[in-house]
Amino acid sequence: MAHAHAHDGHDHDHHHGPDKGIMRWIKTTNHKDLGTLYLCFSFIMFFIGGLMSLVIRAELFQPGLQFVDPEFFNSMTTMHALVMIFGGVMPAFTGLANWMVPMMIGAGDLALPRVNNWGFWILPFGFAMLLSTLFMPGGAPAGGWTMYPPLVLQTGNAFPMLIFAVHLLGISSITGAINVVVTILNMRAPGMTLLKMPLFVWTWLITAYLLIATMPVLAGAVTMLLTDKYFGTSFFTASGGGDPVLFQHIFWFFGHPEVYILILPAFGIVSTIIPTFARKPLFGYASMVYATASIGFLSFIVWAHHMFTVGMPLAAELFFMFSTMLIAVPTGVKVFNWVATMWRGSMTFETPMLFALGFVFLFTLGGFSGLMLAITPVDFQYHDTYFVVAHFHYVLVPGAVFSIIAAIYYWIPKWTGRMYNEKLGKLHFWLSAIFINVTFFPQHFLGLAGMQRRVPDYNVMFTDFNVVSSIGAFAFFFSQFIFIGNMLVCMFGKRDGKVSDRVWEGTHGLEWTVPSPAPYHTFEDPPQVGENGEPVSAGQTAKAH
Amino acid sequence: MSMTKWMRSLVGLLAGTFASAVAHAETARSQYNLPVGATDISAQVHSLHMLILGVVTVIGVGVFGTMIYSIINHRRSKHPKPADFHESTTVEIVWTIIPFFVLIAMAVPAAGTLIKMEDTRNADLTVKITGFQWGWKYEYVGQDYEFVSMLSPESNQARQLGANKTPAELAQVDGGNYLWEVTNPLVLPTGKKVRFLITAQDVIHAWWVHDLAVKKDAIPGYINEAWTKINEPGTFRGVCAELCGRDHGFMPIVVKALPETEFNTWLAQKKGVEVAAVAPAVLTEAAPAAAEPAAAAPVEVAAATSAPAAAPAAKALSKDELMAQGKKVYEANCQACHQANGAGLPPNFPSLVGSPVANGDAKAHVGQVLHGKTGGGMMPPFKQLTDAEVAAVVTYERQSWGNKGSVVQASDVAALR
Repeated sequence: MAHAHAHDGHDHDHHHGPDKGIMRWIKTTNHKDLGTLYLCFSFIMFFIGGLMSLVIRAELFQPGLQFVDPEFFNSMTTMHALVMIFGGVMPAFTGLANWMVPMMIGAGDLALPRVNNWGFWILPFGFAMLLSTLFMPGGAPAGGWTMYPPLVLQTGNAFPMLIFAVHLLGISSITGAINVVVTILNMRAPGMTLLKMPLFVWTWLITAYLLIATMPVLAGAVTMLLTDKYFGTSFFTASGGGDPVLFQHIFWFFGHPEVYILILPAFGIVSTIIPTFARKPLFGYASMVYATASIGFLSFIVWAHHMFTVGMPLAAELFFMFSTMLIAVPTGVKVFNWVATMWRGSMTFETPMLFALGFVFLFTLGGFSGLMLAITPVDFQYHDTYFVVAHFHYVLVPGAVFSIIAAIYYWIPKWTGRMYNEKLGKLHFWLSAIFINVTFFPQHFLGLAGMQRRVPDYNVMFTDFNVVSSIGAFAFFFSQFIFIGNMLVCMFGKRDGKVSDRVWEGTHGLEWTVPSPAPYHTFEDPPQVGENGEPVSAGQTAKAH
Repeated sequence: MSMTKWMRSLVGLLAGTFASAVAHAETARSQYNLPVGATDISAQVHSLHMLILGVVTVIGVGVFGTMIYSIINHRRSKHPKPADFHESTTVEIVWTIIPFFVLIAMAVPAAGTLIKMEDTRNADLTVKITGFQWGWKYEYVGQDYEFVSMLSPESNQARQLGANKTPAELAQVDGGNYLWEVTNPLVLPTGKKVRFLITAQDVIHAWWVHDLAVKKDAIPGYINEAWTKINEPGTFRGVCAELCGRDHGFMPIVVKALPETEFNTWLAQKKGVEVAAVAPAVLTEAAPAAAEPAAAAPVEVAAATSAPAAAPAAKALSKDELMAQGKKVYEANCQACHQANGAGLPPNFPSLVGSPVANGDAKAHVGQVLHGKTGGGMMPPFKQLTDAEVAAVVTYERQSWGNKGSVVQASDVAALR
C-alpha cells in the first residue's frame, strides 16, 4: 500500500515525503497514513469478528450441539461483540475521521499528530492481548461483552487480559476523540464557521464528546471488577455488601452513548453522500445539527432501558420508557430530512449512493424495532431474545457497517486516485443488502416466538428460521470478498488518470479541491471559505496542482 | 383492533412460507409472534405489541413509500434538473410535533399496563424462586415445601456435544419439548394471584415464562418481585433469559397450572412424600433387608415418622447403596460438565479420573461440591442437594474410574455444611 500515498505533489522544498518501508507506518504522524492504518486494522478485525460469527451461525444451523462446547460458544458471542465494536466499527470511524476531518475543514493535519500515532499503535497491542485469551487454558472470556458480574468474575486466566485490553482500547478511543475535538475547534479554515462545517465533521465532533465522557466510565467500571476479583473489594458482590446491579448502571451509562458513538458518524456519512448523488443540497442542515446534538444529549438519560428486567422502581421504569421514546423524535427528523433531500433531486445510483440508501431503509427498520423495545411492558417479552439481536444488528450492520462501506467507495478515488470497479461495487451492494436481510430478518420471528439470546442450542421449533439465518450469514460474509478485491485494486492497481479532483459530479466541500490522489500533505496554507460554505481561495496544495 | 387482525394475517402470510413440520405437545406456540398467553396481563402485552407494530408499519409504509416514489421518479434519467430547496421551518416543525403526539398516544396505554404489572400487592400465594447454575429452586413460602427443577435427563443427554441427534430425532425428545422439559415443574393454582420472589445464589439469571409475560432477573443479594394470575389450567414453558455461564441455554422452566382444589391436593401429597424421603435411611438401618417398603407406602411412612424429622437420617449406607444412588445424582448434576466417564472437558471442566480432589481428603471433596469453586475454573455450589445425595455422589466419584478415595456418609456431609 506504500505507493498509494507515496507520490507527493511538487512542493518538495517545504517538506520531505514519508519514510521508506515499514518504518513509515510505525513512525508516521501523518493523518492520511494513520487513517489508512486504522482502516486496514479495522478490516482485519471485521474479518476475525466475522469468522467468530460464522462459528456461532454454524452451531445454530441445526438444533443439537454439533461443533463446539457451550462454553466456547459463549466465548464466541462475547469476543465477536468486543472485536466488532472496539476493533471493527470504532477504528473504522476513527480512520475515516483521520482521513477526512482535516481535509474537510481545510487543516494540514490533526492537531496532535504524535498522540494520533500513539492512539493507533495501542490498538494492535490491546487486541493481541484480548485475542490471545482464545489460546489460554480456561478459554477466552465467555460472560458476554457486557461483562456483568458476578458471572464475569468466574472468568479464568483470561480475566485480567480482558480488563487491561478494555483499558487500552479505551485509551486509544480517548486519544482519537481528543484529537478530533481539538482539531475541529482550532484548525478550521478561515471563514468556516461551526454552522458551515460538513455534517460528517459535526457528527464526529459530537461523537468525540460522547467518547470523552463515557470511556472513563467504562474504564472505572472494569477497574472495579478487577479489584473485586483480585484485591478483596466488594463493589459488585452482594455477599460483601456490594451491588451487582450497580455495575449494570455504570456499564450502560457508558453503553448507551456508545451505541450513538457507533451510529452518529454514520449519520454524517449518509448526510454527505445523499446530497452528492441527488445533486441537491442537504435538506434542513441546521435541524440535522440540532437533531444530532439532541440525540447526543438524550443518549445520557436512557441507559436503564437496557435493564428494564432488573427490578427497578416503577417511577424509574416510566422515566426511562418516556426518555427512550423521545429519541425517536430527532432520529425521525433525520430520516425525514434524508428523504426530503432526495425529493425532486436528480438521482444517480453509484455504489456509495446504493449503500447510503440501503442504510436509510434498513437503519430505519432497526429504528422501528428500537421503538418497540422502548415500550417497557412489551420489552419484558423482547428483552434478551433474538428480537433484540435482530434489532441491534439492523442498526449496526446495515447501519454502521453499510455507512463505512459507502464512505470508502465514496472517498477511495480521492485517496488512491483510482476508481473502483462500478459493476463489482453494485454486485457487492445487492448481495450484501439481500443477505443481511436473510440473516437478520428471521431473527425477529425467532425472538417473538421465544428464542432467548446467547444459547448454542434450541428447540426444533426454531429450526427453520435458524437455517435461513445461517445461510444468510455465510453468504453475507463471502460477499464481502468482492469489496476487499475491489479495494485492493484501487490501492495497488495502476492509476489510469481518469479520476478528476471532484471525482463525483455533485460533490461540494474542501476535500474535493485537492488533487486525486490527495497529496501526502494537504492545506499547509489554509483555504478561504466564503459565505456559502464553498472555498473562495484554494489552499496551497490545491494551487500547486 | 382490525389493525391487529390485519397485522396478524400479514405476519402469518410472511411466515407461512416456512411452515414447520414439527408437532407440538400441549400448546401450539406461534412460530413468528408473541403469544397472547394465559393471563390478562399477557393478553394486554400482546395487544400493546400489536398496536406499536401497527404504528411503525404505517410510518414505515409512509416513509419507504415516499422514498421509493422518489427513487423511481426523481432519478436523473426522468428528472434531469434537480430542485434547489433545502429548508422549510414549517415542515421541520410539523414532522417534529406529529411524531411527538404519536409517541404520547403509545406511552399512555403502555404506562397503564406497566403500572398493573408492578402491583404485587394482595397475593394469595407466594413462591420464592432461586436461580442457580444451572437450574431453579422453588419454595412455597409458608407451606414449608421446596424443590429443585432442572433440565430433564432425556433432553440433557440429547443436548450433549457428540450425541449426534438429527432434528427429526430431537423433535421426539421429551415429547417435542426438547430443552423445554424439567425434572419437576412448578405447580400453581389457576385463578389465584401468585407472587414470585425471585433471587439467585451464584450469578444473575432471569426467570421468564413467555405465556405469563413474566420476565424478571434473578440477582444474588436481591429479591425481585413479580406476579401472575393464570386463567386456565395448562402447561407453560419458559427459559432462563440472562446469560449465566456454560449451561445458560439448558435451564428451562415449566409451570403447570391446576385448578385450586387439584393444586391443594398436589401440594398436600408432595409435602407428605418429602417428609417420607428422609425415611429410607432410617428404614435401612432398622431393616436393611427391605428398603422397598418406603417407596411402596410413602404417606403412611410419612405419618409414622413425621414426628420431628429429627434424626437427619445420618446412618451409614453400604458402599453399593451409595454408589447406586451416587450414579443417579452424578448423571443429573455433574455429568454435563465432568462427562459420564469422568474425563471432563479440559481445560474448562477438569477430569475427575485420578484427580487429587477425588483421591485426597474427603472433606475438601465434600466442601467443593457444597460450596463450588471460583477462581481459575468455575464450579457452582450444589447446596441444594441433600446430605445423603452429596454423600452418595462424592462416594461415587471417589470410587469410580479407578479412583481410590474414601467412602463418605451423610453424617460427614452434615458436619461440613
